[in-house]
Amino acid sequence: MNNFNPVEFSAVFPELFMAVAAMVLLVAGAVRGNGLTAFISWSVLATFAITAMFLLGIDWDSRTVMGDMFRMNPFTGFIKLLILAGLGATTALSVRYLYEEAMARFEYPILILLAGLGMMIMVSANNLLTLYVGLELQSLSLYVLAAFRRDNARSSEAGLKYFVLGALASGMLLFGVSLVYGFAGTIDYSAIGGSLATFDGMPVGFMVGMVFVLVGIAFKISAVPFHMWTPDVYEGAPTSVTAFFALVPKIAAIAVLMQLLYGPFGGLSAHWQQIIWFLAVASMIWSALAGLVQNNIKRLMAYSSIGNMGYALVGLITGTPQGASAVVVYMTIYMIMTAGVFAIIMCMRRGERAVESIDDLAGLSRTSPLLAYAMAILLFSMSGIPPLAGFFGKLLVFQAAIGQGFYTLAVIGVICSVVAAYYYLRIIKVMFFDEAAEPFDRQMAFAKRAVIALSVIFVLFFILKPNMLVDTARHTASALFSG
Amino acid sequence: MFEALAFYVFASVLVASALMVITARNPVHSVLFLILSFFNAAGLFVLLGAEFIAMILVIVYVGAVAVLFLFVVMMLDISFADLRKGAMQYVPVGLIAGGILLLELISIFAAWQFSPEASKNAAAPTPEGVENTVALGRLIYTDYVFAFQAAGMVLLVAMIGAIVLTHRQRPDVRRQKVSAQNARRPEDVLEIQKISSNSGV
Repeated sequence: MNNFNPVEFSAVFPELFMAVAAMVLLVAGAVRGNGLTAFISWSVLATFAITAMFLLGIDWDSRTVMGDMFRMNPFTGFIKLLILAGLGATTALSVRYLYEEAMARFEYPILILLAGLGMMIMVSANNLLTLYVGLELQSLSLYVLAAFRRDNARSSEAGLKYFVLGALASGMLLFGVSLVYGFAGTIDYSAIGGSLATFDGMPVGFMVGMVFVLVGIAFKISAVPFHMWTPDVYEGAPTSVTAFFALVPKIAAIAVLMQLLYGPFGGLSAHWQQIIWFLAVASMIWSALAGLVQNNIKRLMAYSSIGNMGYALVGLITGTPQGASAVVVYMTIYMIMTAGVFAIIMCMRRGERAVESIDDLAGLSRTSPLLAYAMAILLFSMSGIPPLAGFFGKLLVFQAAIGQGFYTLAVIGVICSVVAAYYYLRIIKVMFFDEAAEPFDRQMAFAKRAVIALSVIFVLFFILKPNMLVDTARHTASALFSG
Repeated sequence: MFEALAFYVFASVLVASALMVITARNPVHSVLFLILSFFNAAGLFVLLGAEFIAMILVIVYVGAVAVLFLFVVMMLDISFADLRKGAMQYVPVGLIAGGILLLELISIFAAWQFSPEASKNAAAPTPEGVENTVALGRLIYTDYVFAFQAAGMVLLVAMIGAIVLTHRQRPDVRRQKVSAQNARRPEDVLEIQKISSNSGV
């Protein structure tokens, strides 16, 4: 990058805008104090909307910019739009919650913005250095957010636990990167792929490096056996933060995993498929079994997200454009469903206090029927019951797996999904057939209603126009394989 | 000859002092050994021809980080012996895990193979006629400017995080308000009352 090129520059413009907006809002908050929290939250939401518009406005042709460190193509573009949508939803959901829980401090929305910036950078990485910097930017923001209610022992514990284990995972990732560099002499994605292609025989050192990198990323998507932090962090963190954790970072991490496995590590697919196979099976089985005994709804959602990552990995393992597009569809549907469920969880307040036990939902169908029906639809969809959207996500993923001959994997996946349906259905049983508990507090913020409504509408009517999403996903996923 | 000698001196002192960091009973001694190990690591960097990194290591790690450590260790009244009591029971498990990992890594490095393209891909050594610092600066501010700026954002997040998690408004502290003091006028705070004599207050 010897001379300044405006066309090249346009690819990083959305990220640049987010960074500048974060700094401007930070200064505004620092000058005016916490009285500005609501204003800054809505400004952050506006920043996400404007960034999305910039992203739609720039050219999505495949290219690498910034000295080959940054990649723009239809896949990164689409994933970044998804990330921005998730960020927007969580920001909108959290504004009222911050005031209700007396933790309204202006740093909260700014940390979400910076975490979002980190995810955008790691998704666009074309170089292991960019990947690492982006990953650290998002992780560091997430650690602080998990401990945001610092006077609460469980929130502090969640933050500390997440930080220690996350730092260990980052260390493993870096160690893996150093081994990969030792083999290939480069950290550029395409050059790594090239150096692997010219080598014949077993690149043992490279493989060990790849395993370490995969361990680091498996921690971020909380695939079993690297999931230990998930239930504790989800339970301890403030609910708005838990919603954020469940929605957005997973998408970014799965996208990074796809880019790595189909790009630089593509030559070793026979080897990484074994690792992903194990991660997928262990995640699906463990989440189905451990989810059965949970009483806290946030812990339950943690196990649910572990299982969902397992199903996404089932599509990812195929290494075909069909499987990749199935993963994109699956993650999109997962994000929208989870947003709705968390919006409902955040409505669970009784006497000005948040409650989070499953028994607190008892008899919800009598006290607030609309909420109960919305929750029931979302949970049916999550357990994969046709004709709701969640069913199609699972269908596409399993189809892709069977198409490539992963029969055992698909059968295990279907069995686990049936077992996991039990804990979703248990919540519905509690809501509709149990003795009514005291009603929840009446007032509901507009943002929650909007998120619930959009999510339920999407889940119900996805069947009418499934091709809109599926075709877009196919188009974006093909960018992964075109080099 | 001299280089080899210097390498073995630096390397052996580095390993020995690193070992002392974790075994010394007195935490102040630990920090002092840490400083010694930083100096020796800097020596190794000089031997590699990376004098800029060596200087940074001395300035940043010895000058700032280690001194900060020393302050914290001296000012906080933490009994490190108590902290360490429970930790001893994990030593065998840690040794087993670390030992297995070490053996595995040794076996990998013994069978290490380079890609045929590795030497071509690997970054060129210091360009001719340019100082180390200049060469590094040219790379950071051109090819790697994106990662450099993003790393700046990481540091910003670290700063915000430290403030969010530790800064507290203390209600019991009375702050001096200079503007309020200057704006204070006699009429606002003084009241002149006429008191008639012989009637008391």
